[in-house]
Amino acid sequence: MKLTLKVWRQNGPNDKGNLETHQVEASEHMSFLEMMDVLNENLISEKKTPVAFEHDCREGICGTCNMVINGRPHGPQKGTTVCQLHMRAFKDGDTIVVEPWRASAFPVIKDLVVDRSPFDRIIQAGGYISVNTGQAQDANAIPIEKDLASQAFDAATCIGCGACVAACPNGSAMLFTSAKVAHLNMLPQGEVESSKRVLNMVNQMDEEGFGMCSNVGACEAECPKEISITNIALMNREYLTASLASNTTT
Amino acid sequence: MKLDAKIPAGSLEEKWTKYRSTMNLVAPNNKRRIDIIVVGTGLAGASAAATLGELGYNVKAFTFHDSPRRAHSIAAQGGINAAKNYQNDGDSVYRLFYDTIKGGDYRSREANVHRLAEASRNIIDQCVAQGVPFAREYGGLLANRSFGGVQVSRTFYARGQTGQQLLLGAYQSLSRQITLGKVEMYNRHEMLDLVLMDGKARGIIARNLLTGKLERFAAHCVVIATGGYGNVFYLSTNAMGSNVTAAWKSVRRGALMANPCYTQIHPTCIPVSGDYQSKLTLMSESLRNDGRVWVPKTVENAEAIRSGKKTGLDIAEGDRDYYLERRYPAFGNLVPRDVASRAAKTACDEGKGVSPTGLAVFLDFSAAIQRYGKSKAHSTGMHNPSDAEITKLGRAVIKEKYGNLFQMYEKITGEDPYVYPMKIYPAVHYTMGGVWVDYNLETNIPGLFALGEANFSDHGANRLGASALMQGLADGYFVIPYTIGQFLSKEIRTPQIETSAPEFEKAEQETRDLLERLVSVKGTQSVESFHRRLGKIMWEYCGMSRNAEGLKKARKMVRELREEFYNDVFIPGTANEFNPELEKAGRVADFLELGEVMIMDALDRNESCGGHFREEYQTPEGEALRRDEEYAYVAAWEWDETEPKVHKEELVFENVELKTRSYK
Ligand SMILES: Cc1cc2nc3c(=O)[nH]c(=O)nc-3n(C[C@H](O)[C@H](O)[C@H](O)COP(=O)(O)OP(=O)(O)OC[C@H]3O[C@@H](n4cnc5c(N)ncnc54)[C@H](O)[C@@H]3O)c2cc1C
Ligand code: SF4
Ligand code: FES
Repeated sequence: MKLTLKVWRQNGPNDKGNLETHQVEASEHMSFLEMMDVLNENLISEKKTPVAFEHDCREGICGTCNMVINGRPHGPQKGTTVCQLHMRAFKDGDTIVVEPWRASAFPVIKDLVVDRSPFDRIIQAGGYISVNTGQAQDANAIPIEKDLASQAFDAATCIGCGACVAACPNGSAMLFTSAKVAHLNMLPQGEVESSKRVLNMVNQMDEEGFGMCSNVGACEAECPKEISITNIALMNREYLTASLASNTTT
Repeated sequence: MKLDAKIPAGSLEEKWTKYRSTMNLVAPNNKRRIDIIVVGTGLAGASAAATLGELGYNVKAFTFHDSPRRAHSIAAQGGINAAKNYQNDGDSVYRLFYDTIKGGDYRSREANVHRLAEASRNIIDQCVAQGVPFAREYGGLLANRSFGGVQVSRTFYARGQTGQQLLLGAYQSLSRQITLGKVEMYNRHEMLDLVLMDGKARGIIARNLLTGKLERFAAHCVVIATGGYGNVFYLSTNAMGSNVTAAWKSVRRGALMANPCYTQIHPTCIPVSGDYQSKLTLMSESLRNDGRVWVPKTVENAEAIRSGKKTGLDIAEGDRDYYLERRYPAFGNLVPRDVASRAAKTACDEGKGVSPTGLAVFLDFSAAIQRYGKSKAHSTGMHNPSDAEITKLGRAVIKEKYGNLFQMYEKITGEDPYVYPMKIYPAVHYTMGGVWVDYNLETNIPGLFALGEANFSDHGANRLGASALMQGLADGYFVIPYTIGQFLSKEIRTPQIETSAPEFEKAEQETRDLLERLVSVKGTQSVESFHRRLGKIMWEYCGMSRNAEGLKKARKMVRELREEFYNDVFIPGTANEFNPELEKAGRVADFLELGEVMIMDALDRNESCGGHFREEYQTPEGEALRRDEEYAYVAAWEWDETEPKVHKEELVFENVELKTRSYK
């Protein structure tokens, strides 16, 4: 299949950037990133600079790949990361626009590569259970209801890709943050620190310059792991309770 | 060189406990003055960095990824073993130890493996306490499943995303130590050299990947946990960035590469479909719990399937050869990986492959769907359910167990595995070989430690499923925090190491020279094309089966390719900027050296064992033929541009009797 690509090129955070047009020949069995590999091999053979893009596992789990394809984070297929997207989803002769995540909290490093370190700092603010190695009791000492474990698992499958932020008109990180809050606050092991956790993580999220949530729902629609927006509701409840409690005690 | 494994005295069961209780300690006030560098923050590195931080050391941790959460460990699917015996099915520390020694084809150290089996139980406790959402039974207790090469259910799992959940657990603990100021985290930093002072590991040279700047970091000791080198084959199930550089630079500074030829070829991967392919995708071994492997009995039927005239569904039950069940009745579809992979190759070599390339066999879930469907119908009180109802219920159970794997398969192949049997073929997956370490996980360079897939320690010539995660976390959470003290307790008077020392200056200059050399070749071929060619050579001559003649030829080919690389590679841009092509080039350059040593190791080992199958050494039935009298040793290679040299560590078996591995 013959494709026309319009790819975002930006040489560093301060460069203005623009879309560059390229023709690529691909096979429908290729993954989207393999098609990008073909483009880069072509560029290299012409002694030009290849398009910088990030990827690693190429199986939808590491959360590294990030491209906005025809306006949609991770492209047209529901519940699919770019690396799992195959060219079967496109037609011969298509024009495809490829851009980086766009969000003020995720500045562009080069071309399609952005800085997602704010996510790490949100986790560092409280996305953990404070247990040192060696302090644990026997694993079966705390039975956890199967459905609850399964719900916590669903929230925990977030891959930290940032598509939710890129999809949100406000550039909000609520889906990402709430997924971690929900995973940990739901479990008995995470309960002790639940108030502190939600307060600190939400504060950090605000400090990083992510936008407010106005219930648009684009995050859930574009999330490749189909993380549910009900996590946001859960986080809001936890936040409210925690801030009321902390106001009365201080 | 005499290799001393430093295995403590005492009975197998007591060695670790006794050793741990009598080893030298570093007092808390001294820990505060000691710096440790941890390179790599996958399962092994993140768990080590977090735990060492908790103990009070000052840790600097490095990853080339943009976040520790991206490490290749995230992709592990199937599960993690532990001798908890929660299923009351006869499991024990000894049985896990024995299974691992046998699974490794008697090429690993007894003492290390026993320690691993002991630690396995603590790992599960630790992970649950961190909030890792393992699968559970209706009663709320932890669920288990089986993996290949064993007859008990001891694998803990989190759907098909066990590695993700375990890594996130370790990442979260690491994040906590970062917040507490005990770990300084350097993302997007790639270690490009090891710095020695007076023969001890005292620091690293790392390249800041965003700016291209070379930076120096000093510490009292260095721990590398940088993963495996499966990508030497170009196509593998490893993440694209997985590489050998940190380990290899250590080898270039005098560490030894142990058993490099032991590579694991995983039997259940999605087959190669075209030349453009950049990586292969694993279908977790847990699928062999429920999937049955088969090929058509006749070449005619196989041909009809290959040409698209028939599908697997058209082949009658009696015309199918469930060859694993036939050849290995005791373990059936759950034979270890090396055995299953070779059997698939044999079937395809006989012309019975079922994909257009001829390189695929079926993994069929229809029997399991029927079985589960009937049991579900029964348990929900349905009387006389129809076939369609049974199938529907059965598919739901399969979906619950393996949903994400089935979805992944369909995304890649475009075929629905709930209806058509999956097509699978072996692919490079894991490297048992790695940096040589003693019982303390210390290399032959004092103060340099290696953990996780980067070392060679516990899996012998073949790794059993669900035991890499176990080893990585045992090393990081429960072994290195103790054993590092054996070295550091002698260093409490060593002042802070200064990066202004001439050793750092020199190492930095050498690294800069190498990078400059690479970018200034300005040849005509891409890095990728060299990597692909290296992979082809390795797969063809040093892959699933090997012979002396092929290996000799391959060594020459790799040496020639290396020379061509330095004369004709094209790397755009400069060394002083963000330059992903240069990063790749550095990694491929190291693979081009490692590949040669792997080939030499395979040639040196005149026997077949585990993942190493030499065609000259097989039984009349085509099974691996070990030669214990001559080859029960660890081969540890010293790098030399012209002639790498092998050193041997004899393996002593005091507790298990060396037997021919039988899964019949
Ligand atoms: C698809 C797949 C599925 C698997 N499933 C299972 C399973 O179900 N059960 C099981 O037990 N095992 C499984 N394995 C094996 C297991 O996942 C790995 O062996 C294990 O996770 C390796 O962990 P590690 O910490 O040693 O290395 P990795 O997770 O590879 O981490 C390496 C770290 O080192 C860093 N690094 C590397 N080089 C440098 C450098 N030069 N400078 C700075 N940083 C560097 C990386 O950034 C990363 O942080 C699977 C493997 C694959 C490929
Ligand atoms: S919530 Fe979804 S979109 Fe957002 S980071 Fe997690 S996986 Fe990505
Ligand atoms: S590359 Fe890992 S999720 Fe896409």
